Amino acid sequence: MDVEVLEGVFDANERIARENESLFREKGVLAVNLMASPGAGKTSLISRTLELLGDRVRTGVIEGDIASSVDAEKIKAYGVPVVQINTGGACHLDAAMIRQALEHIDLQLLDLLIIENVGNLVCPAEFRLGEGLRVMILSVAEGHDKPLKYPLMFSESQVLVVNKIDLLGLGDFDPAELRSTIRRMNPEMRIFEVSCRTGEGLKDWADWLVRRVEEGRRKP
Amino acid sequence: MSRRLHELGVTESIARIVLRHADMNGAERVLKVNVRLGELAGIVDHFVSFYWDLVTRDTIAQGAELNFIKVPAKAHCNSCGEEFRIREYDLTCPRCGELAGEIISGREFLVESIEIE
Repeated sequence: MDVEVLEGVFDANERIARENESLFREKGVLAVNLMASPGAGKTSLISRTLELLGDRVRTGVIEGDIASSVDAEKIKAYGVPVVQINTGGACHLDAAMIRQALEHIDLQLLDLLIIENVGNLVCPAEFRLGEGLRVMILSVAEGHDKPLKYPLMFSESQVLVVNKIDLLGLGDFDPAELRSTIRRMNPEMRIFEVSCRTGEGLKDWADWLVRRVEEGRRKP
Repeated sequence: MSRRLHELGVTESIARIVLRHADMNGAERVLKVNVRLGELAGIVDHFVSFYWDLVTRDTIAQGAELNFIKVPAKAHCNSCGEEFRIREYDLTCPRCGELAGEIISGREFLVESIEIE
């Protein structure tokens, strides 16, 4: 007997992601899903962003890691609410993990929630968390050919932060080539070139983020 | 490493969906599973097949054939209306040259149907 199923492999996750999304919208919180490969600078970007946002935006952070709480400890030093998720081996965060983490965060007190995904350019692209903004980081050390190797991540993200631009010239990373590839596969993608080490370019990114938060804010 | 792990997770998801629908239809055995897979979905069917036997062991889907229906990546040009096959993830329209392609297929990843007895 043939039985029609027509069920998406990610449907179960999508349902929970939509619930998270409604909750963020209701509370006026911009949730940012931050994705990158290990070592691209996710934790550094969060740290520098927190410094630049200062009191302008009430920010909370969810730290996703396969194991350990090293990153969470670093972020706690900034005095913002941090929840650690250990995925216990899973290579990405999913919507259910976020729902659970939200039990430990008071969204009422926040404008922005930065979710640091597990370091990986493959799996996180497929699991919606309910975020309002998907941001990915590519570091100069990784090479400008990554979009064609990890196309889903580059076509699903809305923002690309190119980090470690202080290393430009040391290798063969070509920013123009990267821009041209991105333009053809994801014309709407917003690109920021920064160095978390020297601070170059970070102000543009932080100011843009503040504007996005303000656009979404519903709270008095 | 991460890619292999990745396909293990999605294969488990496929098995969960298949077993739930098999159970709802009172199946004793699952003979075949048809999965619709777009070429932009980022899934390597070879790895899914590799894990399939592992995740269905000792279930009523053990030994079921896993059949992939591949869906090509296509876009619709919002400038001239041309429908074209996407190559190398390039959304530039091959007819008018405008960067106005909107993806219309290729992201599918679903369990389409199962054959049971």
